Amino acid sequence: MTNSRGRFGNYGGQYIPETLMNAVIELEKAYGHFSHDPAFQAELSGLFNSYAGRPSLLYFAEKMTRDLGGAKIYLKREDLNHTGAHKINNCLGQALLARKMGKTRLIAETGAGQHGVASATAAALMGMKCVVFMGKVDCERQALNVYKMKLLGADVVPVSSGTATLKDAVSEAMREWTSRIDDTHYCLGSVMGPHPFPTIVRDFQAVISKEIKTQLLEQEGRLPDAVLACVGGGSNAIGSFYHFLQDAEVRLIGCEAAGRGIHTFETAATLNTGRPGIFHGMKSYFCQDEYGQIAPVYSISAGLDYPGIGPEHAYLYESGRAEYTAVTDEEAVSAFEYLSRTEGIIPAIESSHAVAHAMKIAPNMDRDKIIVITLSGRGDKDCVSIARYRGQSLPES
Amino acid sequence: MNRIKQAFEKKKAFIAFITCGDPDMETTEKVVLAAAENGADIIELGIPFSDPTAEGPVIMEADGRALEAGTTTDDVFRLTKRLREKLDIPLLYMTYANVIFSYGTERFAERAGEAGIDGVILPDVPFEEKEEFEPAFSACGIDLISMIAPTSENRILKISSEAKGFLYLVSSLGVTGTRTNITTDIGAMTALVRKSSSVPCAVGFGISTPEQAEKMAGLADGVIVGSAIVKIIAACGRESAEPVGQYVRQMADAVHR
Repeated sequence: MTNSRGRFGNYGGQYIPETLMNAVIELEKAYGHFSHDPAFQAELSGLFNSYAGRPSLLYFAEKMTRDLGGAKIYLKREDLNHTGAHKINNCLGQALLARKMGKTRLIAETGAGQHGVASATAAALMGMKCVVFMGKVDCERQALNVYKMKLLGADVVPVSSGTATLKDAVSEAMREWTSRIDDTHYCLGSVMGPHPFPTIVRDFQAVISKEIKTQLLEQEGRLPDAVLACVGGGSNAIGSFYHFLQDAEVRLIGCEAAGRGIHTFETAATLNTGRPGIFHGMKSYFCQDEYGQIAPVYSISAGLDYPGIGPEHAYLYESGRAEYTAVTDEEAVSAFEYLSRTEGIIPAIESSHAVAHAMKIAPNMDRDKIIVITLSGRGDKDCVSIARYRGQSLPES
Repeated sequence: MNRIKQAFEKKKAFIAFITCGDPDMETTEKVVLAAAENGADIIELGIPFSDPTAEGPVIMEADGRALEAGTTTDDVFRLTKRLREKLDIPLLYMTYANVIFSYGTERFAERAGEAGIDGVILPDVPFEEKEEFEPAFSACGIDLISMIAPTSENRILKISSEAKGFLYLVSSLGVTGTRTNITTDIGAMTALVRKSSSVPCAVGFGISTPEQAEKMAGLADGVIVGSAIVKIIAACGRESAEPVGQYVRQMADAVHR
């Protein structure tokens, strides 16, 4: 495949309509320039530090460590970022890039609403218009985030086609982009889609692992034994893994959403249940039937409820450099409750998948081992649905 | 001479798109035959995909109905064989990369070739990715049709110089679906193509009226109509063959005028 660009092994590429090709080529060129431009990088670091609240804390979870009785557990607190999740890292980067390219309008897809809120936030800050596509089902699951996006000045377009979730929001944002390219940048929320998005989003999220490395060296004088992160499209996971890819002794573990279990149809664990395919602009792994029809996936977490995964994860999975495990709704909800109770930190239900896996492996590891869990977001947005899951109904629900 | 070449030989071509299995395969067969009888020069058979990102609501919903009815790629091959026994005009598939990739590209190409397919259109496979599909198809005598869009600009010469069969000119930005106005300078696009290629150019996206069809036929070698036909099928269901036939007659006459 000599003409194909943006490959991670077999995965990646640019499987998009011809209408969008010059737009992604223009984006690739602009990013190639600004990613090496010290002024751009300084401006972005400035926004990270003075606006988003970076660096985020690397917190030693002492009570959790003692309680589990094994490896030392550190939490990378992306939940403390402005807007409450790692998504802001990518949105500030892409909005700044889009503005330098002369674009005045951002469009975005969102699942749980975190990327939509972060996009609306970055657009408000930079004086850009913003339109967010969100599955109708997700609009209902995450009504508070819909309100926030509107408050921030964005238009929210509910998507009712297909399964009315994240996958359909991505499709609709892509359709919108083919109809309006001149003034519009598609601020894709994860390490997916056509090249150069998987690389751009990874680079903007790589600040997570860069900070983990520095902070842990300061606090412990060494590298972690394992880094855990939840994986939907995979942006917080690749951000958490990136600066450890060359450190073979660091285990990298992505935690997929098993939903009601990987042996049921109600799952979103792409690497554990899917196979290679081509969709949403990329070659990667997808949940699909024998004829390549994309499967309607399910997870309690709107942010992980996606039938694909970023192409670099597909590559890391096949090369064996990273491991991908699956965590059920029930395990994630238990971890959500556990971390709240044990450390006084309410994690996003997405991040709770990584916490749940740490709870399984930490007790079997020696006490001198170190696990870092990326808490990709905070869980305020999930309280209503978790209460409902536990059979409780809150007044606002 | 191959069938696609022949279809453009002496006149402008009217190309009709029909989603396979909407609402069922028997209807699709009748509708295709009606379109051919009424002057369609080439038929594009849509193989339904769950998430057709280049389609507007009309074809997206047709894909949904077809999949709901249980349509599979193997059913489409069987339909194609039956059609090929009765028709000598070019038959093309229009579908998405994953339908082919997941079937196995070589295996798909062989089955399609055996069934009598002449070309394949993949809206999510641009020039940069065609190498993954083209060798398998050309080994089975099938042309992978290239597309050019209003945003292609500096890419037109490159794409057209390697084009096979015909070039699919996307008339407008956005997805498939009927439009009242087409503002792109189609004449300028075809003129640019002529500089590097002798393959015919057919215009699609947004065309629904005989007036539009006649105008586009004046600027290019063929006219492609999809959503307007699919809309009739959505409204008339199993009784679509006759109304589609009547519509195709008007449109084909306008193109051949």
